[in-house]
Amino acid sequence: MRDREEIIAKVKERLGGKVVSFCAKAPNRLYVGLDGENLPQAVRLVFEEMSARFAIVTGVDTPSGIEVLYHFSFDEAGLVLTFKVLLDAGAPRIDSITPIVKGAEWIEREIHELLGVEFVGHPNMKRLVLAEDWPEGVHPLRRSYGRDST
Amino acid sequence: MKKTVIPIGPYHPLQEEAEFFQLHVEGEKVVDIDVDLGYNHRGIEKICESRTFDQVPFVVERICGICSTSHPLAYVQAVEEIAGVEVPERALYIRTIIAELERLHSHLLWLGLAGHFIGYNTVFMWAWRYREPVLDIMEEVTGNRQNYAMMKVGGVRRDLLDEDLPKIRKMVEGLHPPLNMFVGAVLDDPVIHARTKGVGVLTPEDAKAYGAVGPTARASGLAIDVRRDDPYAAYDRVHWKVITWPAGDVFAKAAVRLLEVPESIKIILQCLDQMKPGEIDAKVKEVPPGEGIGHVEAPRGETFHYVRSDGSNRPVRHKVRAPSYVNVPTFKATCIGQTVSDATIILAAVDPCYSCTERMAVTGRGRGKRPLTAQDLISLSQNETREILDTPTGKAAQKQLERKLIEGYSRIGGKAC
Repeated sequence: MRDREEIIAKVKERLGGKVVSFCAKAPNRLYVGLDGENLPQAVRLVFEEMSARFAIVTGVDTPSGIEVLYHFSFDEAGLVLTFKVLLDAGAPRIDSITPIVKGAEWIEREIHELLGVEFVGHPNMKRLVLAEDWPEGVHPLRRSYGRDST
Repeated sequence: MKKTVIPIGPYHPLQEEAEFFQLHVEGEKVVDIDVDLGYNHRGIEKICESRTFDQVPFVVERICGICSTSHPLAYVQAVEEIAGVEVPERALYIRTIIAELERLHSHLLWLGLAGHFIGYNTVFMWAWRYREPVLDIMEEVTGNRQNYAMMKVGGVRRDLLDEDLPKIRKMVEGLHPPLNMFVGAVLDDPVIHARTKGVGVLTPEDAKAYGAVGPTARASGLAIDVRRDDPYAAYDRVHWKVITWPAGDVFAKAAVRLLEVPESIKIILQCLDQMKPGEIDAKVKEVPPGEGIGHVEAPRGETFHYVRSDGSNRPVRHKVRAPSYVNVPTFKATCIGQTVSDATIILAAVDPCYSCTERMAVTGRGRGKRPLTAQDLISLSQNETREILDTPTGKAAQKQLERKLIEGYSRIGGKAC
């Protein structure tokens, strides 16, 4: 599989009605919006079946909720595909992809600390980057963090 | 057999950076490994949200002193994607030249350190001797040996002067023949073979599972390189080879980096040939709302930046994923089953960079256990090489290597002392 169009067509076909939004912001950048419950299936498709490389996950605190972006790279086609999931800011929860992609272990731990997202089924959810005495439930990458003190 | 835990850190056994390893061993054999991060966190992703688009390159340049041009380059590309900027041709060539000079000095730095940690100081001294002219040129054309402040949204901040170009050419051309010989000498050296072949093997399956990038992935046979796969700067205008090596061991990682050095020289020379006078800045006035991804093949592998703009003068989110963040976890696959004395060079083989790995938190606290000091571990590793060097074959190999290197040095007009 070498071609960007082929990859895009296959993702579209296999995820079908589960796709909430589909947006190619550049020829080599594709963003696919999904509901959280469909994420593991989508990750299995691109990572296991289509052999994409796992790049990283980004968490963003937005006015409408916590957005989690899963970036995968199809290196042979020079295409970065990003799955976008919007979670409720009150209790953000989503299935962990670490059981599928070992390399996601650290970043899910990091997002858990910095944005307070719960990754259900993560095999090793302990602190990664924050200090041991950092208070529980305080997430420094949330928009609300530091607003009172500054 | 009784299981023992050897805590290493919080200072790295190889590099003067803080992090904490726990090696679980049975006798001499490593049975598990745990990495504890957080000692170098400076909150850079958070800081970026409070800086303007033009200030951020200076912040991310300080993520890492060694790949200090890769982070700003990935960032400006992400912003240029949001704003739909077309960067002037000359700026693209300048970006490529600076990025490849950076790769040259970074790979030579690693080679020197690796030589030191296996107790083969001949390699250490010669590698760093050849790295020095690269830094001198960087200082001359950018003003600094590190943190070059060349990248800006829309182009580069400084032009390369007409008188700079022949100096760069002379430096890299002069480096070419002795470097080739150096590469050959190191790759043929029986002592280095004995210490690195078959040691700390990363299989292609594990490399993929952990998302490994750069020389770490290419040394396990994965032919991935952002410069070729998703070309940026002027990489689609020059010819070079993506170096891979199938074995996955420490030797393969060394081989890939060494063979990439002449490829970098090739790229720089082509850029110098093709570059034409012209604008160096697209003069971007504003950044519209949107999101963009910039990724760059840094010396250690893909550096990945995601930027989101809400139309104001600063990013609302800036995510940074440095290569070590995905390369360091491969230790779990490579260290287990190996001996403690080999663990040092296995950990060094991915060329880990801890400041890059951590960007968002507060300094961690010390541990109660008495750690094995850096010197203890280096000594363990160096003793193993000393035993090899004490044999007649080892002695002969070192003599031959030194002879070859002195020969190479005299070719660039140097005098051996």
